[in-house]
Amino acid sequence: MKMEYLRGVSTLKLDAAKCIGCGMCAAVCPHAVFRIEGRKAAITDADLCMECGACAENCPAQAITVKKGVGCAQAVRMGFLKGTEPDCGCGDGSSCC
Amino acid sequence: MSENALKVTFSPKLTPVRPSAVETVSSDYTRADRLAVWKARWGINRMAYRVKPGLYALGSPAADSPVFASANYKLSFDALRTNLNGLNAWLLVLDTKGINVWCAAGKGTFGTLELARVISETGLEKKVSHRNIILPQLGAPGVSAHKVKARTGFSVVYGPVRAEDLPEYLRLGRATPEMRRVRFDFSDRMILAPVQLVNFGRYMLPAAALLYLLGFRADAAYTAGALFAGGALVPALLPWLPGRSFAVKGAAAGLLVAALIALARQQSAVQFAARALIYASAASFIGLDFTGASTYTSLSGVKKEMRLAMPAQALALATGLAMLAAKGFLL
Ligand code: SF4
Ligand code: SF4
Repeated sequence: MKMEYLRGVSTLKLDAAKCIGCGMCAAVCPHAVFRIEGRKAAITDADLCMECGACAENCPAQAITVKKGVGCAQAVRMGFLKGTEPDCGCGDGSSCC
Repeated sequence: MSENALKVTFSPKLTPVRPSAVETVSSDYTRADRLAVWKARWGINRMAYRVKPGLYALGSPAADSPVFASANYKLSFDALRTNLNGLNAWLLVLDTKGINVWCAAGKGTFGTLELARVISETGLEKKVSHRNIILPQLGAPGVSAHKVKARTGFSVVYGPVRAEDLPEYLRLGRATPEMRRVRFDFSDRMILAPVQLVNFGRYMLPAAALLYLLGFRADAAYTAGALFAGGALVPALLPWLPGRSFAVKGAAAGLLVAALIALARQQSAVQFAARALIYASAASFIGLDFTGASTYTSLSGVKKEMRLAMPAQALALATGLAMLAAKGFLL
């Protein structure tokens, strides 16, 4: 199925100047958001990004920033009620994710 | 390298790993494993499906055999070992508190520190002559490959998203673009539907039963219908329901089911309109929660949709109830 969520909301940013073209971001992204062209990473379609944070975590040049989080309404609600960051609470006994 | 490994701090809450005790596991998938999967999906004693963290031997691995990392959730571990059928390998199980790789990586428990900890505590560097560990790609949000390398000397190699692609991945020596992408096919979605149905059914089925006993039979049907719409139709019809927003998809499914019930029960237009507002908003709420199961919704997107959907759902509910009250409640 086509997996596009809301448009224009992703916090993904790429600083091409810092990129060393290692290709890690393209390898770890589960939505093929990155393409390596001319020894530099490029974002194909940021609307495909689910903000999992894998690319930023694995970029050795710190060229990528993204506000990592779980896209889960239950987590946002729990975080709001507890006054914390969104937390899916799949820790003890609950069954989300 | 061992100096680097010593710098890892050990959390006392994590299960200690004994280097001496390498257990042997088989790659067989038994009937008991199948039952465990089914029970875990329906949330029955889900937390009992933990594997002891540590190093396992699959077959009879040697110093040059590959190392694969996994979460200590039984389903993750089983997917790994059964797909490595016929291979001699080392399986390194991280303590993710019984949570699958994907969720644990999101939380960081399947992470750089925990990986470094089990590498060091299991004495992996003495067991193998190479310095590579194959991780499931979905562990990447928690693991920083270059930091693992700096701390432990081991290179993280990301394998495919799905364990079932491992044989092909090992044959090719690399992951194809297709192996790198998550999917959300019909079967993927329906596997996750029971969790939703159990979560909401816990409240809505007793509510429907109560309404039925009190004589509000139509509303009993609408309540069960809203649960079905949000919990089963949203996952089943996700690509075909209108809009990108899960709340809108849920509302659409709820409207559809409410309309069918109204037709079957020959309800008047006003009665239907009031019920449509109430039960479509309930279905919308449940549908929105399916974002947690989906493999492509972002936090920014969910937050945006909640800011709009929650007031809309509350307003629809209030309007529907007001209409029923004005009509002298449930004519
Ligand atoms: S945050 Fe995740 S989905 Fe978004 S671009 Fe990075 S790896 Fe891909
Ligand atoms: S991971 Fe970082 S350095 Fe490597 S290609 Fe991607 S953006 Fe460039």
